[in-house]
Amino acid sequence: MTTGAADYVLKGVRPLGGEPTDLYLSGGRLVQDAPAGATVIEADGLIALPGLVDLHTHLREPGREDAETIRTGSRAAAAGGFTAVHAMANTDPVADSAGVVEQVWRLGQEAGYCEVRPVGAVTMGLRGERLAELGAMADSAARVRVFSDDGHCVTSSSLMRRALEYVKAFNGVVAQHAQDAELTEGAQMNEGELAGILGLQGWPSVAEEAIIARDVLLAAHTGSRLHVCHLSTAGSVEIVRWAKSKGYPVTAEVTPHHLLLTEDLIRGYDPIYKVNPPLRSATDVAAVRAGLADGTIDVVATDHAPHPVEAKDCEWAVAAMGMLGLETALSVVQATMVDTGLLDWAGVAERMSAAPARIGAVAGQGQGLTAGSAANLTLLDPGASRVIDAGALQSLSRNTPFAGMKLPGAVVATFFRGKPTVLDGKVLETVAVVSDNGVSN
Amino acid sequence: MNRHLLSTADLSFDDATLILDTAQELAVLADRPIKKLPALRGLTIVNLFYEDSTRTRISFETAAKRLSADVINFSAKGSSVSKGESLKDTALTLEAIGADAVVVRHWASGGAHRLANAGWIKSAVVNAGDGTHEHPTQALLDAFTLRRRLGGLRDRRVAIVGDVLHSRVARSNVHLLTTLGAQVTLVAPPTLLPFGVEGWPCESSYDLDAVLPKSDAVMMLRVQRERMNQAFFPSEREYSRRYGLSAIRMNTLPEHAVVMHPGPMNRGLEISAEVADSARSTIVEQVANGVAVRMAVLYLLLGGNESAIGGKSSDNSGSDNGSNDEVKA
Repeated sequence: MTTGAADYVLKGVRPLGGEPTDLYLSGGRLVQDAPAGATVIEADGLIALPGLVDLHTHLREPGREDAETIRTGSRAAAAGGFTAVHAMANTDPVADSAGVVEQVWRLGQEAGYCEVRPVGAVTMGLRGERLAELGAMADSAARVRVFSDDGHCVTSSSLMRRALEYVKAFNGVVAQHAQDAELTEGAQMNEGELAGILGLQGWPSVAEEAIIARDVLLAAHTGSRLHVCHLSTAGSVEIVRWAKSKGYPVTAEVTPHHLLLTEDLIRGYDPIYKVNPPLRSATDVAAVRAGLADGTIDVVATDHAPHPVEAKDCEWAVAAMGMLGLETALSVVQATMVDTGLLDWAGVAERMSAAPARIGAVAGQGQGLTAGSAANLTLLDPGASRVIDAGALQSLSRNTPFAGMKLPGAVVATFFRGKPTVLDGKVLETVAVVSDNGVSN
Repeated sequence: MNRHLLSTADLSFDDATLILDTAQELAVLADRPIKKLPALRGLTIVNLFYEDSTRTRISFETAAKRLSADVINFSAKGSSVSKGESLKDTALTLEAIGADAVVVRHWASGGAHRLANAGWIKSAVVNAGDGTHEHPTQALLDAFTLRRRLGGLRDRRVAIVGDVLHSRVARSNVHLLTTLGAQVTLVAPPTLLPFGVEGWPCESSYDLDAVLPKSDAVMMLRVQRERMNQAFFPSEREYSRRYGLSAIRMNTLPEHAVVMHPGPMNRGLEISAEVADSARSTIVEQVANGVAVRMAVLYLLLGGNESAIGGKSSDNSGSDNGSNDEVKA
């Protein structure tokens, strides 16, 4: 293999859905001129987007390697067009120390399919009692910037205030799982007429909105960055819209499943639809779409939550909460936002790459498709459509709510730091491990 | 409706009427010296109970035995269930044993739906109560009792009083009685009415005294004493004063009206002893009618005329189990 074979020409791609052109990849960057001897990839009509960045991924390692590993989750990410993911802290042991976040970060490096950015726990053991060593995690090799007790809400107002203040020292952000614990004790699905009919205890919108309302005020008071995880209700969109109109330092994310699915799917009690926050009403779905379109919601984040088969092949009440998301996110966003005319591809690049990279302070990600940028990008065939087959996913788990659904768009290729992780729609079995300064090792 | 009985919402007017008519025919057996028919001889019915309910279990057991079925009682206590076996593995075991029908009582809402639809087993499933969702045979026996006492259900006004929020009996009765043409009014303190009840096919009220004079029947629901600790109401006495059926309140009912209770009762809380033992009370009759109604359900689900309840014989193939088939874009 010649040196030039490590360089690529992407022929006829449409950057951000614009006019067809050629993109050149060399030395881990996009370059101005065609490199000599480069591998040519015929990409007529494919849309080029900057590599997607997920702010909210559960990779399950360490602790639940039967559901997902950092390697399998990274492969799923690459298949979905992602070049960076944020691995949530609710592992076993919890990512609440420099040791655990460095382990996660290193395993991500070794897998080589995307950048794995560990999220640090806000509180020790996610128990909501005292702060974890946030500074140690920030200073570690993993350079943690996003902190979250996701799966649990930081309930204590004083602790939330201190966490917001403390992370200012290293430009951190607190990502809050907004859920009033008392209002949702034993909750099984969205509180509404259907929950009453099905006899499933309701998870009321107010339990999310009350926490978001408190937190945006705390963010304003402390002048520190708050990020709202998986916002799911029309009222939450209104509160974030108001906070932004005041200039408060608040960002928010929505998941693909909350953009597409509604609580009506729960009628058959199939736990594949059990997720937290729960699937909401059609009114809420319309509101989160509108919020994502107008920029109230900054980011689409997957909340990719793998679970082994037995955790879903059971009664609703005992089933685990969560859904896979990495390999279907872009298709769901195309179906709900692009094909509906709510967002163009430049908007998708902003919501799924630039904004999450900014919020997570991820250098080398979420950049433009111009010469000099890091060569993290994905190629999408927007005219393709596919029926989702749970068995064909890269994830170790199968709990996708989209199985059997026909969704538009398919990721054809993904490049991470200038090297392909996906080609011809297939995840490569081996990838060159490239460190974050672009040098192969 | 298919070959299971999971929810009264699945029953059409004709389905429900057929069950009640069949129960009426079978009820005469109770007065005969030999109370047994050979209709289900050779068939195996499993009573799978994840929750204690002696009343419901012995009612189903009696019904199955009067139809000559072989009955296996599988109780969560003292079985492998208490050692952590999943519902799926228990279901596979019952399938391997050769159960033709499974009567299931489960603490989780949707338990019977999962057993019937997850693709684990092929046998018929009868919901004997799932969490706070439904209890279809209780509603059928209530409707049977009302039909006998009131001569019919069309335009009859039925008040269902008490802890509607946690009541599977209330949900099944709202669907069934409405289908049969009755007008249902739910009466409870606001804390014990489900969120979104305005959308249900019935009326609701916080005022028992206003509803009683215009009711043809009043159904009192059991109130769990521990609800008080979850702030659903301040005290037992306050609940009883505002929503309990006392003799004085009973006297505001029209002459012909009846008083029902699914049991077990809290005498002195939701119903006074005087009312429970009065001539208006159908409580003991409901128990007797329960056997006839459950015989009818088992007979129609398992008997010679399999399509009698559902009408669509093509639904009987067992191929309607793939839960993912329900996914819609």
